[in-house]
Amino acid sequence: MSDSLVIKNLNASIGDRPILKDFSLTVPKGEVHAIMGPNGTGKSTLSKVLAGHPDYSVQSGEAFLDGEQILGLEPDVVARAGLFLAFQYPSEIPGVTIANFIRAALVARQAKGAPFDAKAYYAELYAKMDALKMDRKFTSRFVNEGFSGGEKKRCEILQLMMLKPKYAVLDETDSGLDIDALRIVSEGVNAMRGPDTGFLVITHYQRLLEYIVPDRVHIMWDGRIVHSGGKELALELEEKGYDWVKQDLAKA
Amino acid sequence: MSAVASAPAPAGVLDVALQSAETAAFRAQDWFAVLRQQGWHAFQSLPMPTRDNEKWRFSDARTLSLDGYAPAKAPTPAQAADLIARSRLISDAAGLIVHVDGHCVLKPTLSAELVAQGVVFESLEDAVRSRPALLQEHLLKHPVLLGGDKFAALHRAWLRAGYVLHIPKGVEVKQPFVSVTWTLSDGVAVFPHALIVAGERAVADVHDFHLSARADQRALAISAADIHAGTGSQVRRLAVQAWGSATQSFQVDNTCGGRDALISSVNAAVGSRRARLENSVRLDGEGADVRLYGISVASGEQEFDQRTLQIHAAGHAKSDLLFKNALLGKARTIFSGLIKVAPDAQRTDAFQTNRNLLLSPDAEADSLPGLEIEANDVKCSHGATTGQIDPTELFYLRARGIPLAVAQELLAQGFLEEVLAKVGHEEAAAAVREMLRLKFHQA
Repeated sequence: MSDSLVIKNLNASIGDRPILKDFSLTVPKGEVHAIMGPNGTGKSTLSKVLAGHPDYSVQSGEAFLDGEQILGLEPDVVARAGLFLAFQYPSEIPGVTIANFIRAALVARQAKGAPFDAKAYYAELYAKMDALKMDRKFTSRFVNEGFSGGEKKRCEILQLMMLKPKYAVLDETDSGLDIDALRIVSEGVNAMRGPDTGFLVITHYQRLLEYIVPDRVHIMWDGRIVHSGGKELALELEEKGYDWVKQDLAKA
Repeated sequence: MSAVASAPAPAGVLDVALQSAETAAFRAQDWFAVLRQQGWHAFQSLPMPTRDNEKWRFSDARTLSLDGYAPAKAPTPAQAADLIARSRLISDAAGLIVHVDGHCVLKPTLSAELVAQGVVFESLEDAVRSRPALLQEHLLKHPVLLGGDKFAALHRAWLRAGYVLHIPKGVEVKQPFVSVTWTLSDGVAVFPHALIVAGERAVADVHDFHLSARADQRALAISAADIHAGTGSQVRRLAVQAWGSATQSFQVDNTCGGRDALISSVNAAVGSRRARLENSVRLDGEGADVRLYGISVASGEQEFDQRTLQIHAAGHAKSDLLFKNALLGKARTIFSGLIKVAPDAQRTDAFQTNRNLLLSPDAEADSLPGLEIEANDVKCSHGATTGQIDPTELFYLRARGIPLAVAQELLAQGFLEEVLAKVGHEEAAAAVREMLRLKFHQA
């Protein structure tokens, strides 16, 4: 409990429409869990609710990040508590450079008034950009503005690597990626795997899980987890298709 | 405030004896004394603008007052030295001129090369004596078209401070000419003037900073600029209005561009209680290309009143305008822009955009874009948007741990960055960026 991301009986809606229905899941730190499921089953809602998005309302349930309740907190508080959400559709932020953006996020995690080590920051930023095969000129580009789909996702992973959260939720990070970008992004995530970080990888396709091999796979349907298993479950799902979920698992 | 307003009006800028005495000091330059006297007569005959005047629509004309302001004596050497030190904002300046309370305290020193090329950068007061022909040809020759006639007349009546920049034919100067104009005394009235004449194919970059020694400076500032960009010349100007917060500022800028002239201006507004900018540009020659940019952060109860005019008198010319305002507190901005295309100015491209970002529910931005097109083969458009911060962008920043207030500030600065990029001088842009940034922390 104190070293896990724990979600218990979570019920959440957008407007009057219930989306998460008694959703429960535990991701221990150091593990990579995947959530698979068809579109419209609530995968992205889960990530937004955890991150504190104001458009969603929580009716009941709990979510703990290493024992700390995060439901109902402001989004920036949740983020500083250690949750990172890699967006399916990252926003374009005109006029704000990547360097200033990540810097602001890091400064927000420092004690108030503490000096910021700009030299060490750029050294680390450049090293991580090199690892993600991002041109260093991107530091002075405006966040996501005019980026290709692959560049946007790499930028998400760059932020993940710089902010070093306790838990990262990757929402359909594979969407819009060609195979090269998928490999680079996955390498970035794999480089961060370790005892200090837990991952929740949300995806529609098994393809991503060939690169980011999960410890556990969960199948989501109609707002909750209906089946869990090892990494082989992803392959089984790929083989049998979502009709299998609908016809067999959903009834369970 | 009320104590000042109810005190008997001291001898000030409305005092006929004072104005006459100062004008008399120019009797050796008869033409200049006449020009000042004409200004004084015009000032006295013109009415104060009222709200029902279309050119003052949405302005808070009721609180306009010229009482209680007076010219000030020259600063002490220590005061001047302090402000000169604070004027070194641009390290690669081709020349720096500094005024304090309307008195020139630092005359520019130009390199021998620029002097040999015939470049003139000197105080208006010196130029009145040394270059009467240049001044009589160009000084205050533009009509005042945007409603500030009375203020422009008062500027003319008290004209003395300012500078003249003349770049002769074919001379290209890459480093900026910098003018810093300060107000120091409480209740001072200043009338700084910028006369910029670029000859054929001349290239010049000018930075004008209007600053106050104290953040809460009370003053009346009526400034004007005359810019004459000759055939094929390139003139870029940054004008920064950062007077103290109790200042009334009126700025009447006029530009004319000859054939193939390339003109760019960035007007940044930071200071004053109320600040009105009238920026009028006439494209006289075919192929002229004019870019007008405006940027502001208005806070507290500030009113920024922006009036622009793009006159296409010749065909095949292009003008583009972008004014961006970010508003905090109970601030108000008014943007009123007109594009006028003369009947024979065919193949005109003229655009105008005003974007306002409301960062407070009590802020108000009014936008009055306008077109008057008499030619039939033109591309003209105008657009205005007023909105708030995009919630999706805000969530994205907050999801990275950036607190709400910081995220809003970052997004607002990002909104303004598009115009800052047009300054074309990194150090100057950084100085303006910092002035704008500080507004978020005073609000």
